Amino acid sequence: MMRLLKLVPDDTNIRFLKWRNVAIILSIILTVASIALTVTRGLNFGVDFAGGQMIQVTFTEDDVAPIAELREDIDALGVEGASIQRFGDENQVSIRMRVTEGVDDDPELASAVSTRVTQMIEGEHAGARIDSVDSVSGKVSGELFRAGALALGLAMLAISLYIWLRFEWQFGVGALFALFHDVALTFGFFALTQLEFNLNIVAALLTIIGYSLNDTIVVYDRIRENLRKYRKMEIVPLLDLSVNETLARTVMTSLTMAIALVVLVFVGPDVLFGFTVAMLLGVFVGTYSSVYMASPVLIWLKVGSDTFVPEETSPSGQRIHKEGYDR
Amino acid sequence: MNDFPPWKVWMLTAMLVIGVLLSIPSLLTEEQRAYIPEFLPQPSINLGLDLSGGVHILLEAQTEEFQEQRLQTLSDRIEDAMEDDGPTIEIGSLSRRGGAVTFTVRDEAQLDDAMERVRALTQPVGFTGQRDFSVENEDSLQIVVTPTEAGNAEAIDIAVNTATEVVRTRIDELGTREPTIIRQGTERIVVQVPGLDSPESLMALLGRTASLEFRLVNYEADPNMALACQAPIGSEAMPYANPADGTGCVIVQRRVMVSGDQLVNAQQGFDQRTGQVTVNLTFDGTGGREFGRVTQENVGRPFAILLDGEVLSAPNINEPILGGNAQISGSFSVQSANELAIALRSGRLPIELAVIENRTVGPELGGDSIRWGGLAGMIATIAVMTFMIVTYGRFGIYANVALGLNLFLILAIMALLDATLTLPGIAGFVLTVGAAVDANVLINERIREEQRRGRKVIDAVQTGYKEASRAIFDANITNFIGGVLMFSFGSGPVRGFAVVLVLGIVTSVFTAVTVTRMMVSVWIKNKRPTELNI
Repeated sequence: MMRLLKLVPDDTNIRFLKWRNVAIILSIILTVASIALTVTRGLNFGVDFAGGQMIQVTFTEDDVAPIAELREDIDALGVEGASIQRFGDENQVSIRMRVTEGVDDDPELASAVSTRVTQMIEGEHAGARIDSVDSVSGKVSGELFRAGALALGLAMLAISLYIWLRFEWQFGVGALFALFHDVALTFGFFALTQLEFNLNIVAALLTIIGYSLNDTIVVYDRIRENLRKYRKMEIVPLLDLSVNETLARTVMTSLTMAIALVVLVFVGPDVLFGFTVAMLLGVFVGTYSSVYMASPVLIWLKVGSDTFVPEETSPSGQRIHKEGYDR
Repeated sequence: MNDFPPWKVWMLTAMLVIGVLLSIPSLLTEEQRAYIPEFLPQPSINLGLDLSGGVHILLEAQTEEFQEQRLQTLSDRIEDAMEDDGPTIEIGSLSRRGGAVTFTVRDEAQLDDAMERVRALTQPVGFTGQRDFSVENEDSLQIVVTPTEAGNAEAIDIAVNTATEVVRTRIDELGTREPTIIRQGTERIVVQVPGLDSPESLMALLGRTASLEFRLVNYEADPNMALACQAPIGSEAMPYANPADGTGCVIVQRRVMVSGDQLVNAQQGFDQRTGQVTVNLTFDGTGGREFGRVTQENVGRPFAILLDGEVLSAPNINEPILGGNAQISGSFSVQSANELAIALRSGRLPIELAVIENRTVGPELGGDSIRWGGLAGMIATIAVMTFMIVTYGRFGIYANVALGLNLFLILAIMALLDATLTLPGIAGFVLTVGAAVDANVLINERIREEQRRGRKVIDAVQTGYKEASRAIFDANITNFIGGVLMFSFGSGPVRGFAVVLVLGIVTSVFTAVTVTRMMVSVWIKNKRPTELNI
């Protein structure tokens, strides 16, 4: 028979939680640093959230995009504060313009600017191909921002609530901590790299929240099972046991997710770069946080064998559950 | 493992086969689809604008200006009512201030009559029992007419509805394929036109109110007032559309001779004498007669052609214009004359629309995205599948079959639901490849574990499935919550991602748990293995 690959040997007994205090200090430092960085440095909001225009152009007849020339042409049009960057291939650029002043009174002004720039490019540069134009007024970007923030907040709350219902309140708190950590670190990453933060990134964040919890739930489920099974065991070894028992799965799943995402980062369309990088980061941060954030919280919140009432046997010999959950 | 009797196996297999068949039309090109016999259902997935290329425009009705206009109309009607609906009532200081029309009645004896006449101008709103304007006699002789909230809401609602229809007509005239025009909320209209790569002409067409008016010029007015753009009572000063046509304004009468509402046709044409580009108009019966009558009475005097409040031209009436045909010229190009003709044919926008969001994707970029996204999906699938086989052997193959079926099922359901595949949606597929096997990883790891604890084959498999199901269920619920919130708050492409994610969660629980379980149980039943290589 074929010998199968085992990434994690059977019956590991790694004492993960021995380093919990170090880990928690590290996590706090990282979280605080991320928040500080996000506040001080700010995020590089795309047109979705900041408003303005973004135009992507491919110069099909040039090997390298004539960025300097383009900058002069755009300045000559009297468009202020345009930033031009290479995007994707050497002959592709993205032109970013901020919301024009006075646009609140006359929303047409915004599209007028992008129309002027695209017509100039098509007229001045032979072989220039306008790949995309995004023009978002301040009103719409404000709405998108609020909707994004609301979705993120609601998702964190709803998921924590669900965990509370399915497990116990301590687990809900633990999940919320882990989620907060993951989201904060992702924000920090975007503040640090100044990668564009747009609607797609919010989608990535919501996905991270979902999948980070995936790991947390698998570990929590095993903790609950073991709490019922080993009534006498101390909490720290019990958590370690649960993490070890689910370790093979954690590694496998993180790997399959990582494979899919790495392929997307390197092969997928350029437009999705930030989106996939964020999720890739989320896979690792999420796995870490379910072990080092979600589990230690249970120790501090005094979860013990009495948190869940064990299965009892009824006189008829049928097993009944005092906790109402699916068998 | 006797919970899969043959009928259940056949039923599940039939379901999967149907699912896969339903996904096939989405994978074919349009030409290939033509070979599918007509009588078969052919659900196929829609490509989002970011993949097919096209223009997405969000229009917002400018309600403030609309309210102003409504008040102006009301004030005009009040003036008319006081003069014409019975003995003339003398009124004064008619003005629009603070969102209301106020005026005073000179003779106290006529106050009640005046109130009655204004009340007769108001309309009931739906079944609310409210009227669209409230009429009040504030102090002694002053009457205040204020628009009610319900009246405003109804007027905007009707105007935006009509505007949506006008927009639809205009886009249909462009002859593009499958445009989507949807009203969103109270004041917005979403327009999506796939395959169109220049948004400029579309925006020019949609942003134009196309209110065409023919009015007599007030030729008696002081030319200095025209230069300063001031108008005497009963007249209005209108600017030139093209500044080269003259300085200052043209002073025109408030009363409209004929308007664009009375047109039956508008076509781009050429002036036979000068060769200039023109727009040729045909009025309906009443419009034509009225035009004829007024021009007959005013031969030798000038009139003005106004478009959206600007003077296109102000020619002299050389002879009565009978027969209901007219020709307007300005500095048109063939294209702009064509656009104007379309706008005039489709009617006036009852409310001004502004473009507040515009997203255009060129067809090349969309095509690139599909190619690279598809390639990434393929590589990721092969990599993950290889990894699963190497790790779990036979159980990995089962998981892979389930994964493949899962992808087909997502496509099939999306096609049936008429959902849209966007670029982030493709990423959603790739992510699903990585995430959907999680259920199988959980099950397989649990089976390994149970085997290590000394359980026999059937027992280990059964316990593995049972114990893993709980975590699979809970974990998928949280992803589901994230996905649903993403769908409700996201827009456009992000929604496309959420759809794939949520469907992927639902189908993956079915394929990764139920379908693999069926395969495993059929295998165990037939081969009766004594040990598991997992």
